Amino acid sequence: MTQKSIPAKQPLLDWLRRNVAKLVVAPTFALMIFFVYGFIAWTGYISLTKSKMLPSYSFEGFYQYIRLWKMTPWNVAMENLLIFGGLFILVSIVLGCLLAIALDQRVRAEGVLRTIYLYPMAISFIITGTAWKWILNPGLGIQNTVRSWGWESFSFDWLINSEMAVYTLVIAAVWQSSGFVMALFLAALRGVDSEIIKAAYLDGASLSRIYLVIILPTLRPVFLSCFFILTHLAVKSFDLVVALTGGGPGYSTILPANFMYEMTFRRNQIGLGAASAIMMLATVMAIVIPYLYSELREKKHD
Amino acid sequence: MTDITALPGGKSPWQSAARFGLYTLLLIFAAYYILPLIVVLSTSMKDLDEIRNGTLLSLPAEINFDAWGYAWNEACIGVSCTGLKPYFWNSVAMTIPAVTISTLLGALTGFSLTKFKFKGANLIFAMILFGCFIPFQVVLLPMAQSLGFLGVANTVPGLVLVHIVYGLPFTVLFFRNYYVNIPDDLIKAATIDGAGFFMIFWRIMLPLSPPIIVVTVIWQFTQIWNDFLFGASFTTGGGQPVTVALNNLVNTTTGVKQYNVDMAAALITAAPTLAVYVLAGRYFVRGLTAGSVKG
Repeated sequence: MTQKSIPAKQPLLDWLRRNVAKLVVAPTFALMIFFVYGFIAWTGYISLTKSKMLPSYSFEGFYQYIRLWKMTPWNVAMENLLIFGGLFILVSIVLGCLLAIALDQRVRAEGVLRTIYLYPMAISFIITGTAWKWILNPGLGIQNTVRSWGWESFSFDWLINSEMAVYTLVIAAVWQSSGFVMALFLAALRGVDSEIIKAAYLDGASLSRIYLVIILPTLRPVFLSCFFILTHLAVKSFDLVVALTGGGPGYSTILPANFMYEMTFRRNQIGLGAASAIMMLATVMAIVIPYLYSELREKKHD
Repeated sequence: MTDITALPGGKSPWQSAARFGLYTLLLIFAAYYILPLIVVLSTSMKDLDEIRNGTLLSLPAEINFDAWGYAWNEACIGVSCTGLKPYFWNSVAMTIPAVTISTLLGALTGFSLTKFKFKGANLIFAMILFGCFIPFQVVLLPMAQSLGFLGVANTVPGLVLVHIVYGLPFTVLFFRNYYVNIPDDLIKAATIDGAGFFMIFWRIMLPLSPPIIVVTVIWQFTQIWNDFLFGASFTTGGGQPVTVALNNLVNTTTGVKQYNVDMAAALITAAPTLAVYVLAGRYFVRGLTAGSVKG
């Protein structure tokens, strides 16, 4: 009806009116096609070439990937990712969940405590790294402080110990992110139906049993979300290593993101850098795709 | 809400002990989170002798902001001793346009994808959403090349472009998930009254949007201000954002190590996002939860 009232001599205007939504989406979509999909494709192709300082486009197959997996630093980085990522995810989830349950017991000053637990999430990993580097440095940090209390033989030199330095990354990363896990769990706990809990309590179930058997299983989606977000954070971790350990001692604390940066921007090995970036993408996708699949499937059941 | 005190059964000594344990646990962890901030703050106010002779937990003899002034105006970042000041303003000049444009584009796109649904809108949304999941390493190289090609390498506008592009998947996600819950009837009624796309957006959607705008702006602000990877990859020297400058300041090896200046610089860098967190913490948490991609 409205289309009839528009004079036919304005076909362009009419067309614009009908397609305005598509036209508005177009710039964003075009940016994504170019800067996300196009760039991934480009990086993928470069990873299959022998590019060094400048991109070269002659196809060389999986040369860079074979080279990559033969390199000690890359294997150290992947091993570190496994140690760092595993511990970071585990400790953050356990701690976040525990703190959420504790905060959910109608405690006094809950707002203040929540604010304190969560503020590290607002600051950059560079700042976190700088702060913890200062706290953990053996000369003037924790070690020195404890010694000044009279425990002269106390030793805490993880930061400069190549066996232990990777665990300092865990300490700082958990400090930064566990408050966020706590916030997610707390939000979910507030949504648990209190009638069920009262009923279980009247039936004589102890509090720990109520949590373990009734409440925690209903929080499965939150565990999954946390696992997924923390994995994503772990794989992307770059700045924390730069600021806290600088990858050292030696290259004992580098993560894949640091390896990629080093190869690409410092050593003129862009083919190798691209191959490592694609390996990182593959790692993230191996986690994301099953997660999204399960999310979407659950939605259909609702 | 699970709450033991509301449950039947009086206060036994055992329960009091449990309460005590609960508060002890909460306070120990409060110390774990807050002590680094206190240590950094107190170190930034000490002079170097106090730092060398004292411990982490000893308090400064007097409130003294000399290190802050030095970090802001004089500290050496690489070879240029300008303090953090110019880099801080770089970050401001980068963050404001990037946040504004990505939020606006996200709102318009989210609106189109929900209220003016066309064929393939869901597929397009899914394709945009994918951008939330990629590790940015996979786009660093082509981005560096493209910025050079566009002539904006090592400039603030170049970083603005980068942050708009890779912030968009998140802003679209936020607005799309918010708008999808606004009744379609509102839009239908306005269409029948003859209102066009932009009229509806301006007069109906935007007035309904303040909560999600706040969430999105805070999220984008925090992400962009705190970014290090893009800044480190695409800028050098005077074009660096403050996070990169901070890292260079701390790792400048010439001269005496001035821990107080390092700590003051870290706090200066953290100040804007911490201020946002303190002022709008509620929205900050909401953004984090929304950013965790539920929907």
